[in-house]
This record gives sequence, structure tokens and C-alpha cells, in this order.
Amino acid sequence: MSALTDLTLAEARDGLKAKKFSAAELTDAHVKAVEAARPLNAYITETPELAKKLAAESDARIASGDARALEGVPLAIKDLFCTENVRTTAASKILGNFIPQYESTVSGKLLAAGAVSVGKTNLDEFAMGSSNATSAFGAVANPWKRKGDNRPLVPGGSSGGSAAAVAARTCLGATGTDTGGSIRQPAAFCGIVGIKPTYGRCSRWGIVAFASSLDQAGPFARTVRDTAILLREMAGFDAKDSTSVEKAVPDFEKALTGDVRGLRIGIPKEYRMDGMSREIEDLWAKGIAWLKDAGATPVDISLPHTKYALPAYYIIAPAEASSNLARYDGIRYGLRVPGESIDDLYENTRGAGFGAEVRRRVMIGTYVLSAGYYDAYYLKAQKVRSLIARDFEEAYKKVDAILTPTAPSAAFALGEKSDDPITMYLNDVFTVSVNLAGLPGISVPAGLSSDGLPLGLQVIGRPFDEETVFRVAGVVESQAKFTAKPDGAA
Amino acid sequence: MSLDKATVARIARLARIKVPAGEEDALAADLSRILAFVEQLNELDCTDVPPMTSSEAMKLRRRADEVTDGGIPEKVLANAPEARDGYFTVPKVVE
Repeated sequence: MSALTDLTLAEARDGLKAKKFSAAELTDAHVKAVEAARPLNAYITETPELAKKLAAESDARIASGDARALEGVPLAIKDLFCTENVRTTAASKILGNFIPQYESTVSGKLLAAGAVSVGKTNLDEFAMGSSNATSAFGAVANPWKRKGDNRPLVPGGSSGGSAAAVAARTCLGATGTDTGGSIRQPAAFCGIVGIKPTYGRCSRWGIVAFASSLDQAGPFARTVRDTAILLREMAGFDAKDSTSVEKAVPDFEKALTGDVRGLRIGIPKEYRMDGMSREIEDLWAKGIAWLKDAGATPVDISLPHTKYALPAYYIIAPAEASSNLARYDGIRYGLRVPGESIDDLYENTRGAGFGAEVRRRVMIGTYVLSAGYYDAYYLKAQKVRSLIARDFEEAYKKVDAILTPTAPSAAFALGEKSDDPITMYLNDVFTVSVNLAGLPGISVPAGLSSDGLPLGLQVIGRPFDEETVFRVAGVVESQAKFTAKPDGAA
Repeated sequence: MSLDKATVARIARLARIKVPAGEEDALAADLSRILAFVEQLNELDCTDVPPMTSSEAMKLRRRADEVTDGGIPEKVLANAPEARDGYFTVPKVVE
């Protein structure tokens, strides 16, 4: 297949600038790759016409010397970001044929930087899931398969379509959102890089809300540098999001110095879980050794409330979701299922429009917020959240960043884990604390499992210190020398 | 806590989600499992711990009380399942 789809985002950017190829050629190669990858079901909506139009504009800009930071770079957008005049589904039936009349801040910033959108990617319904299996538009297949086993594997979730789209070389990068691990876990499962920045770094305006105190947008790409380039364009203060933080956005690419000498890297003992696979443990040990070889100092730390992060999350996130999803009532947009009375209309619409996992979470959220249970569940979880955040504050008195595995296993097959909701929830055991504490975290592909699947390591940083996160991740990446590609890639 | 069918029906009503007859038992079992899982938090004593409502300690910004938006009824109604004469329509709510 075309070598243009195998470029990194940085190489494509520089190649366009040097006029080695045109934005139209680059876009064309990716549009074809999107078509070829249709069996993966990574996209809900393809936008080839829009892509070609944007690429033509990019070529005109390049010709006139007005190229912007991401001029002509083909990207995919998670179908949770509202895109003006392009259907946005959140992978739910309840949004019906919703065509936003506005552009989300983050996708708008990418377009304003010259990016070319090739389509909207599949996800777990309302971003609730860890396998992309809850999408009303069907499951996504991971481009990777186990050695000698042709069964399709999950790409992780919720941003499974974005991760699969990048791994399959259908775009140079993609947007995701991460509420409990939804960027980092699929990045690990698909052998690519994904970063969840600090809460407040990227505007949430125009992103379909799941759990507002945890949701954060971030990029996927195939190298740490590429995610640094994308995050710089996605981040920034936005008056339309009351939790957007007014802080200057650094040039994250410049943070990739390759020099981690003198950095103290925390290794949390609570992340050595009972029954953790040997492969994950070995990979983690390798990561520690790589950083040590590069001159960093591993430091044993304790994050004592780690085991309570998932239970706290499964109160807080559903509570916020039950409130956020109250807007889907069949009145102003989306699906409407008629009823005798207005209440019948609401109940019929929401009963037919929400899938099983969304229904479970809205109901759990409703319950933990209901009269008589609020203090016992919701208030308690918020207190535990304080304890989890404090664990990290204490740790950061001793270390500059933290290294952990991203997920407890490699990608699994559909149906291997989905019978019991709790088993599925455990996928996020290493990622969810980071959301509760609002910290930045990145997943970097670091090795292959014995059956040939990618495994990721996670680097966690201090609030608004994505630069150290990128710096450490860059060293992990260069030491890991992860060059494997999925057979399913174009 | 184990939820019974009546409690599930009450939650479904509060959440305005119609649960088809026949699915209540399975749903009650699922929700009970999730509640049993989150009840691990009871192991912790949080008496003097303040609740955390946001990861960034911040005050809400204020702005002048001025209209900054509006005058776009066509856009507001563009996705309405049913609209008439510039309004959303719903079943009769007042007899």
C-alpha cells in the first residue's frame, strides 16, 4: 500500500512543507485507506468529500506560503465531538440523525490549524465501555490479531474506533476522550500512543458529556512526538467551558529532549495486583530499567487508596452521567418515540434509545443520587476521591512522574469478558485514578505479548506538567523500539 | 445492597427509562452486583475528609450580564423531532 499512509504525522507535516507531495495526494491515500479498512468498522461516518475540500484549501495555503501548524494533515474525529453539519451520534440510537449546528472547540481548533478530517470514529455508546462493544453502530475490530488465531479482538474503549483507525493507518492521528481510561487503554490495545492531558487543559465545549468532572479530550497518534504536536493545537483556554483552565499552552514538541537524567520516577507498589500477568509485570520491569539506563532514578512509592478508585469511579461517573443524559428526552433533538402523555414519551424514547450499558449506568447514577442514598454513596465517593488525589500529591513530593502498566491485559476477544459488567470495569484499574485526580497520563506501546499483541506502559505526571510526561514517554518509546505493525494495517 | 424488582421499577421511573417486562430481574441482578462492588468504599473511614467536587480548585469565572448569543431559531430547531411555527411540539400536557 501507499507509503503516504505509513508516514508519521511529523514526517507528513514536513513533507507537505517541502512540497514532496500535496495535501490532495496525502488525503487521497488516507481516504482510500479508510475505505479499505471498512471491515474494522472503525468509522461511523466517513467524510471523503469534506476531506478533499479541506485538502484543496490546504494546497492553496501551502502554495501561497500561509500553511498552518497542521496544514493538510488527515485526522479522524471521535464521534463524540460535535461537528458542524456532520452527523454526530455518540454511537447511540438516541441521537438519531443529529446534525450539529456548531463545531466543538477542540475539533474546531484542529480545523483552524489546517487539519483535514476524514471521518467520525466509532466508540462505546456515550463513551461508556472498555471494548467498543456497546456501540449502537456495531463493535470495532482491532487491526491486531493473536498469532495463529483469526478471531477478531476488541480495540479497547471507549475511543476504540479512533485507536483502530490510527493503528490501521487510515489517518495520521485522531481525537479521543478519556473519562476513566478511554484514550490510554485503547492506545495500549492497538499499539499506538494516546495521552489524556490534565483536566481543564482541553475545552469540553461541544463534546457530548458523559461525566463532566472527569471527561477530558486528548490525541492518538503513532508516535509520542505526533501526540505532542496534536495536543498543542487541541489545548487552550476556552471561555465556553467553565472548567477550562487559563494557562499558556507550551510547545510540547520541544519537551522531547530525550534527557531524563536526574528525574525521579515513582513505581507504585499498589499497582502490582494479585493475579497480574507475568508479561505485564516483565514489561513494567523493562520500562523501569530503560529509564534507569537513561539516567532517571526509580523510586518506590505508595498510592494506598488505589483499590478504591474503581468503586469511587463507578459512583461518581454514573451519577454525573445520569444528570448529563437527562437532556435526551425526545423533545429538542434526536430520537422520539411517541407516547400517550409527555412522561410516556420520555420513558419510551429513553427506553428505546439507550443501550444496555448506558441504561445500567444512568440507573445506578439515579439510585446513588436519590433521596436517602446520596450521602451513603455519592458523598462518600467524593470523599474517597479526595483521598486518591492526596495519594498523588504526597507521591509528587518525592517523584517527578510515575510509571505503571496501562492495562492489566492485552486486547481480548469479543465475549471473553463482557458477561459481567464488573469484569469489564477492571480494564481501567490502572487508568481510572488519574481521571479522579485530574492528572495527565500517556500510554506508550512498549512491547508485544507472547501471542503477538501490543502492550502499553503509562506515564503519569503532575497537574499541567504534560511536558515531563512527554519527555519520559519519549525515552520509553525510544528504548522500547516498538516497530511492530498489525497485519490488518493498510 | 441487593435490589428487588420493585426498587428497579422505582429507579427506572425516576430515570424516565422504560424497562421492558421480563428484563427487570436481569437488570436487578446487574445493578446489585455493581452496588456490591462500589460498597467496598465502606471499608474506609472518611469522617474528616472533605468531598472533592473538582480536580482543579477554581472559582467560576464571571462575565458581564449581557446577551452574547441568540437570534438563531432555525438552528435551535434544526434537529427537532417535531416543530411547528418556530416551536418544539410535545403531546398535550395541560388539559
